Amino acid sequence: MIRAQPLLALDGVTCAYRSQPALTDATLEIGAGAFVGIVGPSGSGKTTLLRSLLGTLVPVRGTVRRRSGLRLGYVPQTETVDWSFPVTVRDVVLMARTRGRVLPWSSREERGEVDRVLTRLGIGDLGGRHIRDLSGGQQQRAFIARALFGRPDLLLLDEPTSGIDVRTRHEVLHLLEHLNDDGLAIVVTTHDLNGIASHLPRIVCLNGEIVADGAPDDVLTPDVLERTYGAPMDVLEHGGMRVVVDRFESNVVALRRRAS
Amino acid sequence: MTWDRLLEPYAFEFFRHGVIVATVAGALCGLIGTFVVLRGMSYIGHGLSHSIFSGAAASALLGFNFYLGAGMWGLASGLMISRVTRRNVIRSDAAIGVITTASFALGLALIGLFGTVERSIDATLFGSILGVSTLDLWVVMGVALLAGAVVFFRYRVLLFTTFDPEVAAVSGVATARADALLMLVLTASILATMQVLGVILVSATLVIPPVVARMLTSSFPRMLVLSSVIGGVSGFVGMNLSYHFDVSSGATIVLVSAALFLGAFLVTGPQRLGRLATVSH
Repeated sequence: MIRAQPLLALDGVTCAYRSQPALTDATLEIGAGAFVGIVGPSGSGKTTLLRSLLGTLVPVRGTVRRRSGLRLGYVPQTETVDWSFPVTVRDVVLMARTRGRVLPWSSREERGEVDRVLTRLGIGDLGGRHIRDLSGGQQQRAFIARALFGRPDLLLLDEPTSGIDVRTRHEVLHLLEHLNDDGLAIVVTTHDLNGIASHLPRIVCLNGEIVADGAPDDVLTPDVLERTYGAPMDVLEHGGMRVVVDRFESNVVALRRRAS
Repeated sequence: MTWDRLLEPYAFEFFRHGVIVATVAGALCGLIGTFVVLRGMSYIGHGLSHSIFSGAAASALLGFNFYLGAGMWGLASGLMISRVTRRNVIRSDAAIGVITTASFALGLALIGLFGTVERSIDATLFGSILGVSTLDLWVVMGVALLAGAVVFFRYRVLLFTTFDPEVAAVSGVATARADALLMLVLTASILATMQVLGVILVSATLVIPPVVARMLTSSFPRMLVLSSVIGGVSGFVGMNLSYHFDVSSGATIVLVSAALFLGAFLVTGPQRLGRLATVSH
């Protein structure tokens, strides 16, 4: 049987900042149609892994292989965006087609395509709005629209649900599921184990290295989570889903017992 | 004040040259300053102008062409700042502070060691309309044309790399090349403007017009146009006031810009200052 070539593959990748390793010996393949969540505590190397996938960080060891002609779409954390910058939603989306463009204005076809992308994401009437005048979910959609306008094969999102409310988180998750159903491969980093990661078909747990890589049923276990987060966690079943809870209370009780 | 009195200075060629240079240079700085301000690099104009002063002093002492010597010195300083910042050893504001003040100090030391220079240091520091030659006129016109062409043909690249350099790089945009191009045009703009405005005040013409324009609009292309118009008007009006009040041209041009800022603030209301969060990153 011939195995399909992955879109992106890391082979024994080690990345470091000023000789301090942030990610060690990571081996990972992202295939066509994949939907992968990367989880781990702060400083575990999630953003480093994302940057090595994006190609903006050169590994000190190992190789990153990309399928020839691979197009990447990237949605950065909303915290990194300058919301006061004088641009409209349409301006932001058009940025994805900057390369090779000489004239400052966009063609009628481009504007029509922008409107179609925005309509597909449910913000078709907001193209002329300043980016600051959007809700959290609309802002996230505007930046996903920019990534999609570049016609990517693989969409990478850095903490797309950080700092947004539950309803918006559901909207973003459903939107990503629809895009994945349409065949788009997606990689998303997240802190949110229950709200995002447990809903994805594949999870990669990171803690300076890849601790586990697989389906939620295989990965969301107390043992893997303790090795990932360095703290005891329990996994409960709720409505057919795995729910991760802190074992904080039992630790406090244990400490009290020990003290008495 | 009668029309005759207002038009009186236009009888002098040096003044006509000065007005053209100040107006074009003001518009030029307003245009490039939009990118400077939105990139949170307001301090770089101040730093580079000091750095260029050093190059001007060195080229005067060694008998080099002023524009060539000062320009190369300024560009080298700008590229060095980019390189140091890119290595993430220190932040860009610290890199600007170290490199440009060291360069300025070197210029002062050169003058101290090797005697006085022909070009007036007062004029270099504070600006003078008396020293505007035909060459200065052509240089500022040429730089303005170059800057206009760069902004027109690299509009999308400059907008993307200013707004979101990381995603621009991921999207295949040559961000380092865009930064170097902007640095080149910025250095050339400062150099062309220095003669009228002086080293000390040139950074104000890079910062105040875009800030006023930002208070008046939330559209990037409109901000570019407004900032250029405000810069040009400040240069023209400031130059005329400089003659009639016998004050240095740099001071009057910057004061006109500052008055426009105050006017915009009063007209649009203090809440519009919220937009300026983008200036202070």
